[in-house]
Amino acid sequence: MSMSQEYVELFKAKEQLLEKASPSFMMNIREEAIHQFGKTGLPDHKSELYKYTSLQKLFEPKYNMQLQPSNVEFRVEDIFNCDVPNLQTRLEIILNGFYKVNGTALTRLDNGIIIGSFAEALRKYPELVKEHYAKHAGFEKDSLVALNTAFAIDGLFIYVPKGQVLEEPVQVVHLPMTGYDTMLHYRNLFIMEENASAEVIVCDHTLSPFRFLTNSVTEIYIGSGAQFHYSRIQNEHLNSNLLTNLFIHQEADSTVRSNTISLHGGLIRNNTNVLLNARGCNNETYGLFLSDKNQHIDNYVNIDHAKPECTSTQLFKGILNDQSTGAFNGRILVRQDAQKTLAYQTNNNILMSDEAKMNSKPQLEIYADDVRCSHGATTGQLDENALFYMQSRGIPRQEARLLMLYAFAHEVIEKIQVTPLKDRINHLVDKRLRNELSRCNNCSMACGDLPIPD
Amino acid sequence: MENNHDEVIREVTQNEYKYGFYTDIETDTLPKGLNEDIIRLISTKKKEPPWLLEWRLKAFQQWKKMKMPAWAHLVIPKIDYQDIIYYAAPKQKASLGSLDEVDPELRKTFDKLGIPLDEQKHLTGVAVDAVMDSVSVKTTFSETLAELGIIFSSFSEAVKNHPDLVKKYLGSVVPSTDNYFAALNSAVFSDGSFCYIPKGVRCPMELSTYFRINAANTGQFERTLLIADDEAYVSYLEGCTAPMRDENQLHAAVVEIVALERAEVKYSTVQNWYPGDKNGKGGIFNFVTKRGICKGNDSKISWTQVETGSAITWKYPSCILKGHNSIGEFYSVAVTNNMQQADTGTKMMHIGRNTRSTIVSKGISAGKSQNSYRGLVRIMKNAENARNFSQCDSLLLGDKCGAHTFPYIEVDNSTSIIEHEATTSKVNEDQIFYCNQRGIGTEKAISLIVNGYAKEVLNKLPMEFAVEAQKLLQISLEGSVG
Repeated sequence: MSMSQEYVELFKAKEQLLEKASPSFMMNIREEAIHQFGKTGLPDHKSELYKYTSLQKLFEPKYNMQLQPSNVEFRVEDIFNCDVPNLQTRLEIILNGFYKVNGTALTRLDNGIIIGSFAEALRKYPELVKEHYAKHAGFEKDSLVALNTAFAIDGLFIYVPKGQVLEEPVQVVHLPMTGYDTMLHYRNLFIMEENASAEVIVCDHTLSPFRFLTNSVTEIYIGSGAQFHYSRIQNEHLNSNLLTNLFIHQEADSTVRSNTISLHGGLIRNNTNVLLNARGCNNETYGLFLSDKNQHIDNYVNIDHAKPECTSTQLFKGILNDQSTGAFNGRILVRQDAQKTLAYQTNNNILMSDEAKMNSKPQLEIYADDVRCSHGATTGQLDENALFYMQSRGIPRQEARLLMLYAFAHEVIEKIQVTPLKDRINHLVDKRLRNELSRCNNCSMACGDLPIPD
Repeated sequence: MENNHDEVIREVTQNEYKYGFYTDIETDTLPKGLNEDIIRLISTKKKEPPWLLEWRLKAFQQWKKMKMPAWAHLVIPKIDYQDIIYYAAPKQKASLGSLDEVDPELRKTFDKLGIPLDEQKHLTGVAVDAVMDSVSVKTTFSETLAELGIIFSSFSEAVKNHPDLVKKYLGSVVPSTDNYFAALNSAVFSDGSFCYIPKGVRCPMELSTYFRINAANTGQFERTLLIADDEAYVSYLEGCTAPMRDENQLHAAVVEIVALERAEVKYSTVQNWYPGDKNGKGGIFNFVTKRGICKGNDSKISWTQVETGSAITWKYPSCILKGHNSIGEFYSVAVTNNMQQADTGTKMMHIGRNTRSTIVSKGISAGKSQNSYRGLVRIMKNAENARNFSQCDSLLLGDKCGAHTFPYIEVDNSTSIIEHEATTSKVNEDQIFYCNQRGIGTEKAISLIVNGYAKEVLNKLPMEFAVEAQKLLQISLEGSVG
């Protein structure tokens, strides 16, 4: 039986369970999605989008599909706390793909903001979910999204009504914690209405040393004039693989800034799709990755300038060590309508070892003439002259290298606007560059430094 | 100013193809279609040795198993390969000894193109191997070149006179099964040019071929093989034109270059094949495989191309930098107008140590055309200290065209430095305004700006070509800004 067929069979076997968790409109979408997945299967290396990342190999091992919330005896948030000093956040935990209920599953704040379980939101506010669910993340041409749409049950839901501001940043901790190899699908939906504003920090961590494959989809709708900041820190072990699919839909004069910092992990593929659907949108997408051992990190960004007078900026940087491989695939699409577009894209990479490998594919696809678009990509190593200069000033070579790498990484980190978070990430990156444990002070877990099973 | 622009666009779109004349000379053609018999017939007609026929048939077997590549950013109408005449030779009356024996009609064609096949040849100093519809008509300057030991002849002559050289290098850079169009070419190639520069010889003149596609419905499948032995130098020019035709014509050529120790080859192309009319009717399909290998240490291959013609261009002149310290260069100006489509670029494969490559690509799109740059820079593990610099700029003239950049950068080595940058924009309003206020009309101003924009590449062309290229640029584009 082919791989895609196995999932179709699994879907049939679990149909009742899925049906229980979804209203009829959603079940229809699930069925379409699994049908689509069964037809197309996973993209192979011949697919332009997955030229440098082998999904086939990633899906080869047997995983247990997690379709029900896990029971844990202890309070996860007590022992696990991503420590960002001086930053008051609202902590939400996605445990094995399911919203970890702490009191109520869905909270409605005084100003109408709703935060909580996606599954619960589906029950309580079906109309609100229906309006956006699967509208921004199309699964027709994306097998990973199709798979997620078929199987994902829970995740985080945030709704910020017109003109409201989410005072406290939301910190979402995504945590796989099982006693066996597990495949997880979860789904986030964030809705920012007109002139709303919110800040979300996502941390990917692992608590157990098993093999994980997380395939998540996050749909974000940004209404006119709304502001949204999104930071993601990926810090897992070598056997924890992440496939993230982020879909951002922006309306007029909205602003979105996203930062993705990948520190540790197995295979990581971050898909970021942005649709600038009205005039005056501003989008900034930043990424930094530090890879070592046999890690593979692939960032794909697709910015679709559908309407005029929008601005987009991309900056992705990578430092590759050991036998790690990296890929960057950025695409700027400027449609015929999108006059007066400004779009920039930069990708810089440093190869620290001869075994490391970097593939870069920055692309411009432009159908409008009154635009200013550019991209630049470099791959190289540290400047020997600069190193020599620092050595001649009494800085040991090792320290000089660190300083330069730190400076290289800093360009991405400094784009984070929440100062405490920026400081924290600076600290983590510094530790990471020194190959020290990136352990948070209040946390008993040693993320990223768990013994690596074979 | 808007009105002025519209006017200019109209002027440009109405600009008829200057070289669209049709020479009415008797041609010797085979029936339409492609099968083993046709290939055998081509081979027999050309009096080829058995090994070459074998080679052709092997390529044909492979081709049958292959599929047309679909990855390019092009919309290619379905091509019926059985509806093409694979061989059309101007009918010859025995072998030609002097220029006077050349068909006067044929000579008129070349005269119209300004090809110095007569007395002028001494003044211009260009040795031309003119290929018209597949058979080399006349090779000039052969004698002068022969004194230096340089072999410059038609491919079929080379097969006859220098079979060892041909056998040794044919398919060594572009294997017969390299890609769909290369396989097709290997199976049915009719003629082309062969050039060998012996050890230590610096070719005293620019070598040149002129391709023309003449008879209707004939695909032109020529094959060029260029070998520069140790410490040799040659500059090679290729110019292409085709008369107006309504049906699309297929052109699938292969160019192979071998540069041995310390050799240098400079290959320049000006391609102004019929691009079809403003509604996209007719025009040439230009699907070409060009590749050079810097086999020896310290060798250099430089590609310069000015692409203004063809309905569809699919072309990636590449360099395999195998020798240590070898250098690859690619300079390109690609202009598309009306309904033209181009997907062109280069591949730089860094294998040897200290290899360097430079890519400068300037795309200009106007009308409803689509112009893509697609390039690969691959640094292999052992290519220590490899260096690449790529710059791809696109200029958009009009709001219905597209300009795209698809670079692939694959680095497998930590001592190499790779830089790529690309920009896309329209002609700067400030620059036009500046010219305007100095009394230079918009049209003239745009012409100036576009020429300045392409200058970096045009400067790399040999003198004779640079002049022609500049004229072509003006014909194709002058002032077409909206």
